[in-house]
Amino acid sequence: MKLTVWTYEGPPHVGAMRVATAMKGLHYVLHAPQGDTYADLLFTMIERRNHRPPVTYTTFQARDLGADTGNLFKSACLEAYARHQPEAMIVGASCTAELIQDDPGGMSETLGLPVPVIPLELPSYQRKENFGADETFYRITRALAKPMARSDRVTANLLGPTGLGFRHRDDITEVTGLLMEMGIEVNVTAPYGASPSDIARMGHAHFNVLMYPETGEAAARWMEKELGQPYTKTVPIGVGATRAFVAEVAELAGVAPRLDDSRLRSPWYSASVDSTYLTGKRVFLFGDGTHVAACARLARDEMGFEVVGLGCYNREQARLLRGVARDFGVEALITDDYLEVERCIEELAPELILGTQMERHIGKRLGIPCAVISAPVHVQDFPARYSPQMGIEGANVIFDTWVHPLVMGLEEHLLTMFREDFEFHDEAGASHHGGKAKPRPETGGQPPVPPGGIEEEKKQATAIEIVWLPAAEKELRKIPFFVRGKARRNTELFAGERGVSEISVDTLYEAKAHYAR
Amino acid sequence: MTDRFAPPPARGCSATPVLKERGQHEVFCGLTGIIWLHRKMQDAFFLVVGSRTCAHLLQSAAGVMIFAEPRFATAILEETDLAGLADAQQELDRVVRELLERRPDIKQLFLVGSCPSEVIKLDLANAAERMSAEFAPHVRVLNYSGSGIETTFTQGEDACLAAMVPVLPRSEARELLLVGALPDVVEEQAVGLLEAMGIGPIRVLPAPNREAEYGLGPGTVYALTQPFLTDTHEALSRRGARHISAPFPFGEEGTTAWLWAIAQEFGVSPKTFHAVTEKPRARARKAVAQAAETLNGKSVFLFPDSQLEIPLARFLTRECGMTAIEVGAPFIHRAVMQADLDLLCEGPTIAEGQDVDKQLDRCRAASPDLTVCGLGLANPLEAEGLTTKWAIELVFTPVHFYEQAGDLAGLFSRPIRRRALLDHEGAV
Repeated sequence: MKLTVWTYEGPPHVGAMRVATAMKGLHYVLHAPQGDTYADLLFTMIERRNHRPPVTYTTFQARDLGADTGNLFKSACLEAYARHQPEAMIVGASCTAELIQDDPGGMSETLGLPVPVIPLELPSYQRKENFGADETFYRITRALAKPMARSDRVTANLLGPTGLGFRHRDDITEVTGLLMEMGIEVNVTAPYGASPSDIARMGHAHFNVLMYPETGEAAARWMEKELGQPYTKTVPIGVGATRAFVAEVAELAGVAPRLDDSRLRSPWYSASVDSTYLTGKRVFLFGDGTHVAACARLARDEMGFEVVGLGCYNREQARLLRGVARDFGVEALITDDYLEVERCIEELAPELILGTQMERHIGKRLGIPCAVISAPVHVQDFPARYSPQMGIEGANVIFDTWVHPLVMGLEEHLLTMFREDFEFHDEAGASHHGGKAKPRPETGGQPPVPPGGIEEEKKQATAIEIVWLPAAEKELRKIPFFVRGKARRNTELFAGERGVSEISVDTLYEAKAHYAR
Repeated sequence: MTDRFAPPPARGCSATPVLKERGQHEVFCGLTGIIWLHRKMQDAFFLVVGSRTCAHLLQSAAGVMIFAEPRFATAILEETDLAGLADAQQELDRVVRELLERRPDIKQLFLVGSCPSEVIKLDLANAAERMSAEFAPHVRVLNYSGSGIETTFTQGEDACLAAMVPVLPRSEARELLLVGALPDVVEEQAVGLLEAMGIGPIRVLPAPNREAEYGLGPGTVYALTQPFLTDTHEALSRRGARHISAPFPFGEEGTTAWLWAIAQEFGVSPKTFHAVTEKPRARARKAVAQAAETLNGKSVFLFPDSQLEIPLARFLTRECGMTAIEVGAPFIHRAVMQADLDLLCEGPTIAEGQDVDKQLDRCRAASPDLTVCGLGLANPLEAEGLTTKWAIELVFTPVHFYEQAGDLAGLFSRPIRRRALLDHEGAV
């Protein structure tokens, strides 16, 4: 039994959902109770998907347990096939169904469905989300992909992108472009956007590009062995890694290495004098092993940061990360215990965290800027704009993203210089982050107010002095802080317009009703 | 006292045959209630005994992780725990001891059962008893189930409150008990109005902390503030307390009827009642009227979610001028829902349970002006061209009583106003 507050990874069946939701023409029948449907909202809300994930939950209840959960599963399979007419189905159990041992795989075989039905064995009490995605993609590939003649032109498959992945959507575009520049066509991208029939023709490709080892390595290894397709080992995040990737691809494909770097701006941005203030910034990296390994090198070699610590939450990549950590002379933190990560960050006190959305919360609490480099992600990590991490544009995007949370060069100096200033002090925050500038907490003595300034003008507009009665003031404090200011302004405006000089609880609510929409 | 409103319909929905459905449900499990319960009971800790899925659900439902160490956590079962149950109990003891050592501020601990713990029949009642003996008097340990095989979404709060009823001491005092975890600002408004009528003493369940607890007995009368508190209702009845039946306090009409039912129980004169409620009623009316301009004449389809659907349909049809096409609820408990069903005019399909694909077919065919549904369905339906209101906001936002009536109506009118504002040419 392990006490857990926040988790980096969901259960393995959520990994299977990431594969199923990314694909087309595939349906997942998941033997699970009703509560497990919460996972749908990860895709519809966080990723803003405009379709429901292609998942049928059998929704068994306590009263079914002694009776017939098996039949429930069978009828759910038949109904899902009839309704959705998928090209192939995957079937499996969530953590609860695993305990009742209904054997979804065996049962589905007896149904005689006219499409391939692929059983998944995902041990919920041992493994986690990334394993679930990797294993599911592997099982689908193994069931559907067949050896076949290579395509006439040099082609490659892109392996690993899934639903809910960090910038997978845009990385696909970027990597496709990198290959195209070398005259290599993409045969199939999978799981993202692939149908079961696309999986079946993956054998045409000359080699595979393993974009995300976390979710595609098992399939890549199998394809290397069974279909004779070698796969790339370099993940093209950062300028150096992108150049290495191009060289590796050229070698695998037997073509000349070629990289169009006319759009590449990050090396110059990093070299330009405004970036001097980035020198030696102490950074801590945490996330999935692949992104952390790539970003650590980028942070040191392309940004000039000092890496003071790094780690990953997925044990599958522990070896990789320990190797990287040795190279940097630091200890790798391999844990999925959020509190341990927080303790480590607190101790190291870095100036910038490169992490997941979990570290963003840690950063917020500790007052350390944070940029996201890896899943798990939140809604703001699915931007509307094109925003890859890989390739040339990925390098540009990363430069901007990592610099953004920091206070800019000159501003940093001014904040230090005017440390004692009442509004221009080190707690005021970066000027480009929006939000209200915080005045220095009062330590006695009034800050000098410029005579006839903006404050003066405002006061003259409301001719009468408005007083908040204690009860109303107390009531106001119950309103959530983020709308409290608005409520205060509206109420005062409302009172001012009516010549009311004392604001009571009633006035507060009269105003609320007046402005209600 | 509800004079301003249309008379109750000659035929309400209480006799309408209910469409009972069985199939895939698209709702949260009862663990979700922990998200608001742990804020309400400031000395309580909720320990879910479950799987990684439970922890992931809580994290996803909470949306943001505001607290480094919130007052809830999951004891995740591992292979070794499943092998032998005696070990699981020992493991639980170990986890709880560590937790209580680290968090001496905890005065009550809830062991919350989950789907896996129910399936392996891990006896949490026994564990709670054993731990209560060990940690008394400093910490009280209770248990309830929030499992998805037994509870849907808001039923978790019901199970939690019901678990607290038996441990309250016996009392003969004549007291009013308000039942349901409401935001403080809302709760204080209700208490304020009732006290202004001379009603008291007033207690609330859940109490904000153990020190604020009270007794129960035949002198206790109670009013439910939430329609999902059916087990709590039964547990209170078993303790001899008496239920004041009323429509739920949503909107001006619901709030007035709810307050009046309590006022009558305490012999408050119509004059006093009128004097206390007149001003806030007028404000509620005014605020609702503004949102109702958008809602009037529009149709609404409610998917089963929080159990608030029937009272809300009553509010939307009677106070906002909407027409209900279908009102789905996870389950319908007559004793609690009767007053609202009586007021809801005959017409809509009343559905209990869910087969989500079939319900989506009905919804698409009806093409309502507004669909109230869960987060998993909202964006897909928006992409199909339907206007939606995500139901979880109705649980996470202060919506009860007079001063929030306008906000409640606003939650429904905003999506409609938004769709009218946006140029939809370019959307999906």
